[in-house]
This record gives sequence, structure tokens and C-alpha cells, in this order.
Amino acid sequence: MASKAVITGAADTAVGKLEGSTSLGLQAEAAAAAVADAGLSLGDIDGVLCGYSFTEPHLMLSSVVSEFLGIMPSYSIAVQAGGATACAQVMQAAALVEAGICRHVLAVCGDNRLTGMSRDKAVAALSEVGHAQFERPYGISVPSAYALVAQRYMYDYGVTLEHLAGVAVAHRKHAMRNPKAQMRQPITLEDVAKSKPISTPLRLLDCCLISDGGAAVVVSAADAAKDTRKRGIDILGTGQMNTHEHIVASPSLTDFGCKQSSAQAFGRAGVKPADIDVAEIYDSFTITLLAELESIGFFARGEAGPAILSGALDLDGRLPCNTHGGLLSYAHSGAAGGMFHVVEAVRQLRGEADGRQVADPELAFVHGDGGILSAHCSLVLGRN
Amino acid sequence: MSKPLPQPNAVTQRFWSGCRDGHFEFQSCGKCGHHQFPPRLTCTACHAAELDWRRSSRRGAVYSFTVVHRAPLDSFKADVPYVIAIVALEEGVRAMMNVRGTDPASVSIGMPVEIFFEPTDGGEYPLPQARRRG
Repeated sequence: MASKAVITGAADTAVGKLEGSTSLGLQAEAAAAAVADAGLSLGDIDGVLCGYSFTEPHLMLSSVVSEFLGIMPSYSIAVQAGGATACAQVMQAAALVEAGICRHVLAVCGDNRLTGMSRDKAVAALSEVGHAQFERPYGISVPSAYALVAQRYMYDYGVTLEHLAGVAVAHRKHAMRNPKAQMRQPITLEDVAKSKPISTPLRLLDCCLISDGGAAVVVSAADAAKDTRKRGIDILGTGQMNTHEHIVASPSLTDFGCKQSSAQAFGRAGVKPADIDVAEIYDSFTITLLAELESIGFFARGEAGPAILSGALDLDGRLPCNTHGGLLSYAHSGAAGGMFHVVEAVRQLRGEADGRQVADPELAFVHGDGGILSAHCSLVLGRN
Repeated sequence: MSKPLPQPNAVTQRFWSGCRDGHFEFQSCGKCGHHQFPPRLTCTACHAAELDWRRSSRRGAVYSFTVVHRAPLDSFKADVPYVIAIVALEEGVRAMMNVRGTDPASVSIGMPVEIFFEPTDGGEYPLPQARRRG
């Protein structure tokens, strides 16, 4: 299938603890790097899609970023779908270039969530996504909401604490090969089991990081992609599904919209899960990835845990996944967290992933989920 | 900083008033019979606007739970470890509650519970909470 939308540039900033960084600065740095990666100049950008920021929130973040960059895009909006934001930006950018509305769309995210706010403030700010009347009075947090999923998922499908810990260890193994990753010291299953309890069954090492960092991609119309520098990455299929926002209103605690969003993306691309060479899938918690791998169909129910313990997500495994180290070990800085997955997929498909390169991948799958497995967006990307 | 307290609105006032009177009420669709909670303006199954209120037996079972060790706000720090559960009521709706009066380590999925109403610190309406039944 001929793709009409192509990722032509991809970049991220340094990640981790970046003293003195700002949300706007990280977004600008990532934007400039992605545009340079494409061999374009900022003046070529006619569409801007931003995410959101905790440290510099603004009603019109997309205008703020464009103003800061000194560009005047003919199309500009901010996208807010939690962890699904980055994939939703790419899906929206693809639609814009396919519709002929834009030629080169910049999708950019960045936040200094680690140095720009205290850990307590970040946790408290995130807990505000809970339902004001029917969740927050009970002391809910984002980890607790995912813990409710984990507990039920373990009960229904025989997932064990060791299976969850295996997800954390697999991510750290990837991060150890990535010189940019925030967390690179090796961890064992026992380290996960002994880490601080957060909300049972989740422990500290089951939870994503809090980081500073920014990331961006440029999505170009197929004809406009000819003006760019590197091999383009085709956006072959996109999909979304939104089933609820609050976990108290979720239709299920074990079956999520990633099933439909990925089916849409696979269907539009004309491929199936078994065709995917490398996957970059949202891993806010160990249970997030495990539930998504099984809901999407990469593994049968109850099979991902044992497979991961036997190396299924490793570079030479059945499904190399989150090769940069993911939100668990690479970095998580708000909307940019999901964009790191997109950038890594592009690098893998271009053969730019250095010491963590999957052998000759042709097809990548990227997935983001926002809220409590509430908003889902999936992408199938292919080497041009 | 105090705990977040429910602030009833036009859609939820009936529910919270019910709590004050010792009733847990949910919505039942006059058209398709679907039961739902939290309260909405329309039926989430058929989107009809004819919603009736029903009183729950206040009996149910733990559908899932977590023992919180890391409180999201200072106002909950004195409470850790505390249990948050999703309780499936006999009438087919689910609601979030804390499980009180039992060792957090003894809570399990399927545990029978009943709803009671717990006064809040400075709030006008009590919170529905769960405790072990039988």
C-alpha cells in the first residue's frame, strides 16, 4: 500500500535530570533537531501539533511554542490525550498531510517534569485525573488505578508478580544498551520484588520514571517528502479507541481499547501482529505493557509473562519491544514519553539504533495509552 | 491540605443526598433497563434520557483492590496502608470504595462486602465505604 504520509524527521533531547531545562526550551530543542534531521528548516513547517505541559501549562500551548520558535504555521493545535498524545499527534499529522491541508507537520512534546516540580507535586498533579466525586475522595493515584487493573488481571489470567518484574528487567536490559537512558544500572527480578511498595501489587520498579526531556517528529506529505534528507518512514496504518476515562467507569479491568485501535491500524496497513519486526508500546507500568501485549494479540492471554521471562522482548526475541528502554528505564516526561517510542521506532526502521539495533526491521508498531488504559492510539510504520 | 470531598452537582445531587439518608442509589434506564454508576444524564447503553433511581441492597463483592502504600496527597499520608477497592454490587454496577475495618492483607477478590456510610472531615455528605460482610 502506498503511504501518503511519511515521517521525515525524528529527534529527542537529552533525557533524565536536566538542571535549568524548561518545557518550552525542551520542545524548541526537540523541534529544531527533528526539522534538521529531516533536512528542512523551521520555515518549511506549515503545521504544528503540540502536547501539553505540567510545568508551563497554557491554554494555547501550540501558539506559545510556534511563537517561541518564530514560525507562523497555517495549522496549529494542541493535543491532550495523556499517554496517547504522541501517537494521536502523529495520526492527526498524517491525516493533515493526506488531506492536503499541510505539507510538513511538526509534532512536538517536552516537559521538565523532574527538575521543574517536586516528585510529590508530580504525583499529586497526576492524581487529579481521578474522578472528583467518585474516585479522588478515596485517595486514588495513577499507580493505584493501574494496580486495580493489575490485581484483577493477575486473578483472571494467572499473571504472577514475577511476570510483572520480568517486564521491568527486560526494559532495563534494553536501557543498558542505550547510552542516553536515564536508568542503566542492571536490575534483577529480586530487586523489583524488594523495591518500595507503591500500591499492591505494584512496586517502585514496576512504575515509570519521572524525567525531563523533549521529542519531536516531522510528518510530511509523500510528494513533499522528496525534499527531505533521509529515508522516509511510511505511516502505513493508524487507529484509535476511547472507552472511558476513569477506572471506576471502565467497561472492563482486563480488556482495553488497544484491541480495537491496533486492529484498525493493522487493518489499514494490511498487516497482522505476527508481521511486526519491532514494537514500541506504552509502558507506564509493568502491567500496562503486559495487558497491552495480550490485548493487542502479540501474545495469547496469560502467555506474555512467561514469554518475557524467556527473553521474548529482547533484541533477538519473538517481539523486540521498547528497545530504547521505555518509560520504565529510558525516560518519561509527560507527552514526550510517548513520543520517545515513536522516535525509537523511526531509528530502528532507519537502522540508526546503534548497539540496540534490531536486525533489518521493515515494520514497526507503536502504541500509546492515556488515562487508565482509557485512550488508545496505534501506528504501523514501515521502511520506505 | 484536606482530603478532596465530593461536591455534588445537578447530576449527582440525588446520589449524595441518598448517602446522607443511608441509601446507595444508582441509575436504571427506563427504556432498556441498563443499570449504571456513576450517575450520568443519559443511559450509557442506549442513550435514552429516561433514567430512574434505584436503591442498592448495599451488598456486593470485591471486584479488584489495591493496598496503597504511597499516598498521592499529604492528606492521605496518615492513612497508609489503606485499601481501595472496586466493589461490584448485586445490582450489577461497580463503585470505588475504601475497605474499612479489616486487615488490608486479608482483603481478596470475591470477598463479600456491604456498604456503610462514613462521615468526612468537614464535608456535608458521608462517603459510601465497604466493610467485610458475613
